[in-house]
Amino acid sequence: MLSAAIIVFREVLEAALIIGIIAAATRGLPGRNRWLAVGVVVGAAGSALVAVMTGQISDLAEGTGQELFNAGILGIAALMLAWHNIWMARHGAQMAREAKQIGADVASGSREMSTLALVIALAVLREGSETALFLFGLATSGESPLAVAGGGLAGLLTGVAAGLALYAGILGIPARLFFAATSGLILLMACAMSSQAAQFLVQADLLPSLADPVWDTSWLLDMSSLTGRFLHTLVGYEASPSGIQLVFYLSTFIVILAGMRIFRFRPASSPST
Amino acid sequence: MPTSRFLAAAALVTLALTAQAADTEVSLVIRDHRFEPEEITVPAGQKIKLVVHNQDATPEEFESHELNREKVIPAGAKATIFVGPLSPGSYPFFGEFNPKTARGKIIAK
Repeated sequence: MLSAAIIVFREVLEAALIIGIIAAATRGLPGRNRWLAVGVVVGAAGSALVAVMTGQISDLAEGTGQELFNAGILGIAALMLAWHNIWMARHGAQMAREAKQIGADVASGSREMSTLALVIALAVLREGSETALFLFGLATSGESPLAVAGGGLAGLLTGVAAGLALYAGILGIPARLFFAATSGLILLMACAMSSQAAQFLVQADLLPSLADPVWDTSWLLDMSSLTGRFLHTLVGYEASPSGIQLVFYLSTFIVILAGMRIFRFRPASSPST
Repeated sequence: MPTSRFLAAAALVTLALTAQAADTEVSLVIRDHRFEPEEITVPAGQKIKLVVHNQDATPEEFESHELNREKVIPAGAKATIFVGPLSPGSYPFFGEFNPKTARGKIIAK
């Protein structure tokens, strides 16, 4: 039961942290809660489907289907986060400045929430399908179903609690730093996903690793530690990254930051006559 | 003759590239939530094609933080995982769904 709880917790944690950040970053957007719920429900339903089809997915592309699938999911999610940050650079500051406009911008805000609901759905899908597979396996290997369910539930609740704690922590950030802080978190999360996507493409032998590893800091912060996993999801920490991961990470960083600067909202300068 | 020299050079380059592309293939079996063999030795500096056959009736996730790899292997399925080129050293891996028993390591020499 304990092992079930630990493994479910580790899988849930990643999705919970991603949801926590997105929920905090979209505070005040119209229809936020509804879209968050849609993302979780669609992701959960999808993960059951993916779990059932894991064998078929794995067999695609000469046995590298799973890598392509994961890289695709991470790539789309990173793209959506990039889009969100650039959108927020344009509209978020404007919305904060002219608080009354939020209501008028419902259509745009709702469209924006739908792209983030997709990111949530993809995160839940990826982690949820592994969790489902693991629990199916455990249940069919003679463990008592009650113990499996109990362990799974304990892991799920602990993971959700971690996501909520992160959410509460971000909401505690002072208002004047809030916008920059959440944009920064989303930016780094997109970089993390992009670098993980690159790693899956290396694993499928579609990209060269360049150098592998570029450095090794596992003595300092191990990837199997809780802090290591936390930072892996949040900012893309890798104890031993390959060169191509650094290339993806940095390119994503530069492209999103450039997009945010180019499209950022500039208040109309008041005529000085 | 420049042409034949060019052809010879092209042939050499092709040969070198093919030699590099011919990956060392290593097979691994999962049985009773254990890896067999638990220790494999591979040449350093070469890309390795790792084929893992899960003979158990339950899925397993091959994972290694040192190799930076993770892959779910359904019950009865064979999975291909490319690793390396590796620097000489020891690279532990484990089955995330059965971390107590499913442990092994790759030694690159």
